[in-house]
Amino acid sequence: MEDKGATTWMPEALSTMAPEIDSLFYFVFWVSVIIFVAVMGAMAYFVIKYKRTHPNERTEHVEESKILETAWIVVPTILVMIVFTWGFQSFIKMSSAPPDSYEIVVRGSKWQWNFEYPNGAITVNELHVPVDQPIKLKMSSTDVLHSFFIPVFRVKHDVLPNRYTSVWFEATETGEYDVFCTEYCGSLHSGMLAKVFIKNQSDFNTWLDESAMGNLDEMPLPELGELLYQQQACGGCHSLDGSRVVGPSFQGLYGSNRVFEDGSSAVADDNYLRESILNPAARIVEGYINGMPPSYSGLSERELTALIAFIEAQQ
Amino acid sequence: MSQTASAVHHSPKENYLNHQKTVWSWMSTVDHKRIGVMYLVTLAVMFFIGGMLALLVRLELLTPGVTIMGPDTYNQVFTMHGIVMVFLFLVPSIPAILGNFVLPMHLGAIDVAFPRLNLASYYVYLAGGALVLFGLFAGEIDTGWTFYTPYSSSASSAVLFLTSAVFVAGFSSIFTGINFIVTIHKMRAPGLTWNRLSLFTWSIYATSIVQVLATPVIGITMVLLFFEKMLHIGIFDPALGGDPVLFQHFFWFYSHPAVYIMILPAFGVVSELIAPFCRQPISGYKFVALSSVAIAFLGFLVWGHHMFVSGQSVVSSVIFSLITYFIGIPTGVKVLNWVTTMYKGSIWLKTPFLYALSFLFLFTIGGLTGIMLGVLAIDIHLHDTYFVVSHFHYVMMGGTVVAAIGGLHYWWPKITGKMYDEVSAKIACGLIFVGFNLTFFPQLILGSQGMPRRYHDYVEAFAGLHMASTIGSWVLALGLFVVLGCFVHSLRRGKPAPSNPWGAATLEWTNATSPPSPHNFVTSPIVTHGPYDFDAVEEIFSGDGASGDGSVQMDQPPSVAPSSSAS
Ligand code: HEC
Ligand SMILES: [Cu+2]
Ligand SMILES: [Cu+2]
Repeated sequence: MEDKGATTWMPEALSTMAPEIDSLFYFVFWVSVIIFVAVMGAMAYFVIKYKRTHPNERTEHVEESKILETAWIVVPTILVMIVFTWGFQSFIKMSSAPPDSYEIVVRGSKWQWNFEYPNGAITVNELHVPVDQPIKLKMSSTDVLHSFFIPVFRVKHDVLPNRYTSVWFEATETGEYDVFCTEYCGSLHSGMLAKVFIKNQSDFNTWLDESAMGNLDEMPLPELGELLYQQQACGGCHSLDGSRVVGPSFQGLYGSNRVFEDGSSAVADDNYLRESILNPAARIVEGYINGMPPSYSGLSERELTALIAFIEAQQ
Repeated sequence: MSQTASAVHHSPKENYLNHQKTVWSWMSTVDHKRIGVMYLVTLAVMFFIGGMLALLVRLELLTPGVTIMGPDTYNQVFTMHGIVMVFLFLVPSIPAILGNFVLPMHLGAIDVAFPRLNLASYYVYLAGGALVLFGLFAGEIDTGWTFYTPYSSSASSAVLFLTSAVFVAGFSSIFTGINFIVTIHKMRAPGLTWNRLSLFTWSIYATSIVQVLATPVIGITMVLLFFEKMLHIGIFDPALGGDPVLFQHFFWFYSHPAVYIMILPAFGVVSELIAPFCRQPISGYKFVALSSVAIAFLGFLVWGHHMFVSGQSVVSSVIFSLITYFIGIPTGVKVLNWVTTMYKGSIWLKTPFLYALSFLFLFTIGGLTGIMLGVLAIDIHLHDTYFVVSHFHYVMMGGTVVAAIGGLHYWWPKITGKMYDEVSAKIACGLIFVGFNLTFFPQLILGSQGMPRRYHDYVEAFAGLHMASTIGSWVLALGLFVVLGCFVHSLRRGKPAPSNPWGAATLEWTNATSPPSPHNFVTSPIVTHGPYDFDAVEEIFSGDGASGDGSVQMDQPPSVAPSSSAS
């Protein structure tokens, strides 16, 4: 199958498994359409043909046809067995990753995706993968259930706390596509989006080298803060230019007076910011939802300080 | 044949509606017909609440981003919609309303086996319903109707309250189920052998079995949730060492059979609608009857098809997929049986029959998309997308609700003693059909293109189809309001109904007045024929052609004295 384009029913098919699944989908689809048209056609025909013409009309007894009855048990049974076997074979292939797969660790948490690459590079809400190479994602959740779904690869699997689950795929073309969370996980479930960037092998390698963590211990605090701002995807909800996204902008935040939902207020000093990051539900800024992921308690002391220094720098 | 029909309209002076008039006489009634009417009113209110919530959901999705509400409110609204519709409306719906009214009459009985228990079920349902509504509005629950752990256990103890409330409502199902099973076994009129039971009776029988066997499982799940919360024993919550997937097993072990609680009665209603308006016995009667019972039992073995991507083992997924097909086939064969019933019939296009046609169209789509979802490799892609949302609306709304409304039109003259206006009823039926497809067909495409369910917001590419779907929901709502208007008009202005306006052959039509007397039948019927023996009209309707064999136009009400058939 050369055609990678989207069809009416299916998005682009960009993994090695996708065309196989699409053929199966369209097989079931067309068989269903034929059955549906036949049944509805018969129904419409009967309604027209045998429409009551006179109130005194009497019907005669119709013998039930044994052949017909056997046929419509046997034929659908054969059809579903074909479909079952086919679906079963593809399912087994989808469930077992090739042994030479490149492994990326995925952590889902309310409401973001973290990706960790073999060399220690970490990205948030951006999955970078090389084309033409089997990739295995080893996934777990830090809080509730999530589900990792990349439509163009036709892969999906629930992501559970305290357990690893996995999906694998081999991308066939470069590009940038959507990743969704498909297991309901609370307020910003619909905002738990990521992008997958499919690169050719050399671009991927360059990217990987650049993203490898340098010596973070020596990085100046505001710079480290900026790096974390990107990595932890704070930017998805907090702008730096004063505009409102899901949360308040960081511009001019430091030192300003904050008003909360319960009517109280406080000055945004270091300790307030610290609390806002570690325990966001403690005080909710007026006019906003309690939308901060509660999962930042894993940040180290130095990282926290760096983030606060970065926020302080946004005047 | 003469049709002068000695227009003596038989309108009994005393019937079950007017023989006692006080409010207390209704509240304390043990008459199955009155209890059916009370359920009708109560469930209509529930359906209204659930429907309004659905309209809010669709309105929010009209455009991407915030249209009328933020994500937290949206999550609560779709949760409430799901819980109200599933637990408070669909599960009780047909058995509680039509089952109560019709079943004893189909059996030629005076009432159900345990009339007081029947009234108790109603109040238990009412209590459960009130608790659920209270829990929803006070507890701000946003877990979705599936209550998946650990999200639900971390959310709030309102979930615990709510599962208890659902269980209370469920108890009403258990009572009703036991009552119907005993009634069908013990209260059949002389001559009413199992082979002569109406298909409606068969399907209620199958449903009752599921109600009695499956409902306790939510009780067990609730107790486990309590243990976890109170005693901190890790069962479902991974933080305590529990397993969240276990909860899904428990949940679907009840909720999949519950799907059959919701759809099997609809099969029964559709059989009742098709036979009299085609004037042919349902083809493959035995198959249709017994496959309902078989489906009821097999329905307990397929819960895992909701969990193909949950982390359950690959082997279990394969087995669940296989058994799912074994259920799919008899269901499909039923559809074929209903269609072949029309062959060489004399098809009378009255509103109830139009609903039956509408059911066949929509339910077939629901069934075929179900087969699609049962294919393992495809389900991976479609799971938890709008494809699933659309699939179960085609089954639950296109199937159960459409059948229920059709049934309501069919038995309306019997229940109220009034006819409704055919023209506006047909318009409503058309609006519902068009509105329904406009709402849910685009969702199939949305889903297979990758739109996840339970999303407050969506990417730009999905905007067009979402808008179409929302507009469809308005047409659908309009249709439903026309139905309501049509019924209200019928109550106030409707022509008095003859006892057998459709010329049907089951006992509530042939042997009782419209509305029936307080004890259903004047003399206990003796049954000598099957429920759909239309080729023997002369024998059934004592042959004068004017006594309700359907050969008389409806605007000339036939005169019929309730005669016990051939006795
Ligand atoms: C999913 C969206 C989201 C993400 C991601 C997010 N936040 Fe927030 N944040 C919010 C919302 C909504 C609020 C306002 C409600 C509140 O006070 O908790 C907020 C509030 C804050 C506040 C208090 C702001 C004020 O005006 O007083 C700080 C500080 C903050 N976030 C820091 C961060 C940092 C640092 C990160 C990244 C490590 C981050 N947030 C990631 C949504 C988010
Ligand atoms: Cu989610
Ligand atoms: Cu199911």
